Amino acid sequence: MTGIRVREVSHYFGPVRVLKNINLAVEKNEILGVIGPAGSGKSTFLRSLNRLNDLVQGSRTEGMIEVDGRDITRPGTSLVELRRRLGMVFAVPVPLPRSIYENLAFGPRLAGVRGKEKLDALVRYGLEQTALWIEVKDRLHQSALKLSGGQQQRLCIARVLTLKPDYILLDEPTSGLDPVSTMKIEDSLRILKKDYTIILVTNNTKQAARVSDRTAFFLAGELVEIGPTERIFTAPADRRTEDYISGRFG
Amino acid sequence: MTGLDRKENFIRAVLLLTAFSAVSVLAVITVFIFAEGTPIMFRRGVGGFLFGLNWYPGEGRFGLLPMIVGSLEVTLGALLIGVPFALACAVVLTEFSSPRLRNILKPVIELLAGIPSVVYGFIGVVVLVPFIRETFGGPGFSVLAASIVLGIMILPTVISISIDALQALPPSYREGALAMGATRWQTVRMVLLPSARSGIVASIILGMGRAVGETMAVIMIAGNAAAVPRTPLDPVRTLTSNIALEMSYASGEHREALFATGVILFVIIMVLNTLANASSSRRARGKRG
Repeated sequence: MTGIRVREVSHYFGPVRVLKNINLAVEKNEILGVIGPAGSGKSTFLRSLNRLNDLVQGSRTEGMIEVDGRDITRPGTSLVELRRRLGMVFAVPVPLPRSIYENLAFGPRLAGVRGKEKLDALVRYGLEQTALWIEVKDRLHQSALKLSGGQQQRLCIARVLTLKPDYILLDEPTSGLDPVSTMKIEDSLRILKKDYTIILVTNNTKQAARVSDRTAFFLAGELVEIGPTERIFTAPADRRTEDYISGRFG
Repeated sequence: MTGLDRKENFIRAVLLLTAFSAVSVLAVITVFIFAEGTPIMFRRGVGGFLFGLNWYPGEGRFGLLPMIVGSLEVTLGALLIGVPFALACAVVLTEFSSPRLRNILKPVIELLAGIPSVVYGFIGVVVLVPFIRETFGGPGFSVLAASIVLGIMILPTVISISIDALQALPPSYREGALAMGATRWQTVRMVLLPSARSGIVASIILGMGRAVGETMAVIMIAGNAAAVPRTPLDPVRTLTSNIALEMSYASGEHREALFATGVILFVIIMVLNTLANASSSRRARGKRG
């Protein structure tokens, strides 16, 4: 039982039901694009997978979320371990106010990795996978805040990779970036697909069309439709999907 | 139209006057202290004031070193005792407590700031001084007693400003670290505290200013002997106590020497405030970058 199985999941913030009976599966080594207008629950969905919603007071999940066969909504789940396996990248890149190297070594250090050689190797691995290595290899000890926005975001992806997660959750990773930086990140995602399972929440419908294998369309907390990206974009089964991707609303 | 303009101008003038008078009071105080205090310093030599060991105003000997050392020791002691508590408290209140607990504890801590310092001194005299005398020996009126009481007195300042600094951090720092599998404590230690460092430093410096400036509580429990203390159990006199104790009967050069004490105090406080400002403006710049 590998991959993620989401069964009858509803999520509440206080009395507000933000997700309504979501059922879907994420297969290994695919990129699942999640699209939908603002407020459709797609970010909440993503954050329920690594239980980051727990930070919000009065947040509550119903239903079952299985990650590699284990229900992570259960109380005894180790959140630290879960979040290491499901690495997350946010819309706004948040490098720590430290050097590039320290940003990348941060996660492994937390996880207990010691020794310069091991850390160096992980740092290099992360940077190479995101095509940052060539750009920053001579200034690893400069502040990460001096990088451009696109580089910062790739740094954040690289930082997640150093933890060797099984899944990468991306929450609108290119919403604040220019087209060239966006393209570089999309290229990285295509390469990362070989080793990782990726869930990409995006406001940019075309981005989902470009990089994802399958696409899920969320609207007002409901999963309207999920299927192979090509079919969703050429022959959507639901009228609302068609309206959204053709730009009639959203 | 013109009526409105006239009213506007009038209000502006009134506000300007109010603001200006507040600032000018400060300016007048500054000029006054320096005018009264500096002549004797230069007449007798600044070095003698700063490094003289003997304070015998009756014999015309005005060495302020015991008081300078006293103020610094008591302040340092207060920081050593108060800051760890204050930081722990700020971290617990921002990161580890439920909103309900926070809503109960924060006002209580702020209430600490409202207790008159004479009450702290009173508790020090009644409880702390006898305790120190019986447990560690010595007179009880001591550097240690003053440090402990001042350490408690700076708590509200350091706690509330550190809380502000921690809460001002973007939530994305917290989320980012937690999403990478950091535990709450790791998040605090490796991300939040270092990121809020300049705000926390500012809070400590402001607490330091409070400790340097406190007079009443210190007079009541420090013992006030004008000699450099050899151990933390010896009595001590601070710069502020020196002024408060003797101003009522001083005249002539003695009075001038007390103003000189004020000058030194003024300079110390100015330096601390400047450091605090520099530290917090660095924080503001860091956020933009």
